[in-house]
Amino acid sequence: MALVLTEEQELLKQTAREFIQEKSPVSELRRLRDARDPTGLDRGLWKEMAELGWAGVLYPEEYGGMDLGYVELGQIFEECGRALVAQPLLSTVVLAGGCVLEGGNETQKKDVLTAVAAGERLLALAHQEGAHHDPHAIATRAESKPDGYELNGRKTFVLDGHIADQIVVVARTSGENGDRDGLTLFLVDPDTAGLEITRTLMVDGRNSSLVELDRAVVSRTSVIGEVGRGANILDRVLDRATVALSAEMLGTLSEAFDKTVDYLKTREQFGQVIGTFQALKHRAAQMFVEIELTRSIVLEALSAIDADDSDTSLLASCAKARCNDAIFMIGNEAIQMYGGIGVTDEEDIGLFLKRARVTQLTLGNSAWHLGRFATLQGY
Amino acid sequence: MSDLESFRQRAQSWLEESCPASMREPVQHQQDIEWGGRAAQERNDDKMLWLERLGKQGWTCPTWPAEYGGGGLSNEEAKIVQEEMRRIGARPALTSFGISMLGPVLLEYANEDQKKRFLPEIVQGKIWWCQGYSEPGAGSDLASLQCRAEDKGDHYLVNGQKIWTSYADKADWIFCLVRTDPAAPKHDGISFLLFDMASPGVTISPIALISGASPFCQTFFEDVKVPKDQIVGKLGSGWTIAKRLLQHERSMIGGMGFGIGGGPSRTIPDVAKEYCGEVDGRIADPASRQRVAQFQMDQRCFSATTRRAAEEAKAGTPPGPKSSMFKLYGTEMNKRRHELLISLMGTQALGWEGDGFSAEELAETRDWLRSFGNSIEGGTSEVQLNILAKRVLGLPD
Repeated sequence: MALVLTEEQELLKQTAREFIQEKSPVSELRRLRDARDPTGLDRGLWKEMAELGWAGVLYPEEYGGMDLGYVELGQIFEECGRALVAQPLLSTVVLAGGCVLEGGNETQKKDVLTAVAAGERLLALAHQEGAHHDPHAIATRAESKPDGYELNGRKTFVLDGHIADQIVVVARTSGENGDRDGLTLFLVDPDTAGLEITRTLMVDGRNSSLVELDRAVVSRTSVIGEVGRGANILDRVLDRATVALSAEMLGTLSEAFDKTVDYLKTREQFGQVIGTFQALKHRAAQMFVEIELTRSIVLEALSAIDADDSDTSLLASCAKARCNDAIFMIGNEAIQMYGGIGVTDEEDIGLFLKRARVTQLTLGNSAWHLGRFATLQGY
Repeated sequence: MSDLESFRQRAQSWLEESCPASMREPVQHQQDIEWGGRAAQERNDDKMLWLERLGKQGWTCPTWPAEYGGGGLSNEEAKIVQEEMRRIGARPALTSFGISMLGPVLLEYANEDQKKRFLPEIVQGKIWWCQGYSEPGAGSDLASLQCRAEDKGDHYLVNGQKIWTSYADKADWIFCLVRTDPAAPKHDGISFLLFDMASPGVTISPIALISGASPFCQTFFEDVKVPKDQIVGKLGSGWTIAKRLLQHERSMIGGMGFGIGGGPSRTIPDVAKEYCGEVDGRIADPASRQRVAQFQMDQRCFSATTRRAAEEAKAGTPPGPKSSMFKLYGTEMNKRRHELLISLMGTQALGWEGDGFSAEELAETRDWLRSFGNSIEGGTSEVQLNILAKRVLGLPD
């Protein structure tokens, strides 16, 4: 597995960076937040991103995709992370789209992936139920009825749920809360009777919602993959999404760090720039080392997915835990080093801190990933 | 068959024939490591046999030019030799500061006569080199060193003191930083000198460490005569060479935590299960389990970073001052590893000597104490942070 980018991958990354600098700098997130935009994103811009191929990077060419890998997608995630881009790359392309890609039948794939790749359809994955990521802790039930399945339950922290054109719901067709067996994925229309979606405003200004299912009936054809075997799809998708999110976090924490180092070089106190002070220099150098380690493990995890390496889950946990810890350290240090201006809303660095904390808790905090890493390693 | 494939076959059969069976056993003790040198030439054991064979082939320094005794191999070929050695479990035939530190700077800065004179002896392990850098008043502030060499016409006269000279009591020659121009600014008046430790006027006194071992010495020079052709590079340009050598040293130290040099041969999780107990296949104590996982994750991140740097170097971006990062993180991690082992092994890893402890447990006590020096020697962690802040991040003085 290569740990350096090819020329083509570098070019893709560069193109993404330039596009985002022009079309979606951090001020765009601020604009959406301040305008209290009901969708929380600019769908026109998403369409443009799709035209660049971003929505279909992973998908086969027959569905309008680019048939590239996670290393390529990771570069786009990283650049989006740098500018805190509020677009449904994770929710639509990797999470819900990933479920269809990994487990859908030919009809579902053709319909869903083609529309996603074209930038015309947004998706969401309704999965988490409590305050924490816990993939098999699913209490939502799906009961077989003559005309399909009846869904009952409550889903939290559904990314982009309130603007999704279709929602993938994870529900239990058998077994107990916590069991890996007995989960089934359903591709659900948000207009389904008994399905209620409430937007939840999060600290980072990004989209999330509650999805409540009260006797919502869906057809048998809405099942993705095999009934009761949904975890086989879900676990694979969650590993991939965890690594993609890690790449986004790498971009976010790198940008927060670069901004902070620039600030250390310009802000003057006691007649000199504060970057001359060893107390700050050493902390900056420590952060640099953490970022270098983070970059390596994210790249290794992205490559592992593309190589279908048997260590993919292990590396996904390693990458996410490392990103969690690095983004925590850098987000907090950045605010402290900016001093008073760092706690004002006017300065962008606060937006990075807020996003940092949300990403840390998305798809597993460090404790969860440490535990899984230990289990996978046999201790 | 490609050239590389046929090279691999030749390397395989050569190693199969040449590596003694006892040299395919894992390195377990400090005395398993071969440092070479004059005294070693007297010995007649498998270690020397293996060193002699590999040295003649030039494969102790596979990529050095053949004209200086090296293997003359391309990077790809050297990697093949390394892989094939690993495959049969062959030990490194030689560990030496000549290979890891001095050789690379001689290749870069020495004149032709010096290369021809010193490099083949390094390759074959005939001379044990030690490093004369630190002084009592020049630790982190290395450039303030005072040991001086006066020009006496046909020779230099060296007077002064060095400290932390690793294995000075066993070494044959020293590469030594000396002040040749006391009037020049401190970085400009330094020269890089090579001389024989058997010269009259050299006195050595080992330093007892908290671990009980004495790998370092105080080294005193009183009117030591050094021939003038033993200066490397120009007079007064020693600091440039000194810094380059430190980069090589840092890469070496940074990589040490993962090889030999301490810790039980079993994995950390196995140690944890043995000393903390096991429930349903898990380390019984959840806090320890989490610490072990954290350590192993960081290890994985660090080794990915080492590999990435190697790939980047191959693609044309050498690490430069970033190499400080490997020294910093590698040594801090080795300290963490020993602290973790101590905490897992409990009082069994705090025995000093005698009954009640296994050899492995007693070794861990000493290795833990030895590891404290890792983040001090070769430039402290704080010095590495200074280098990163200044040279990599561009933060001003």
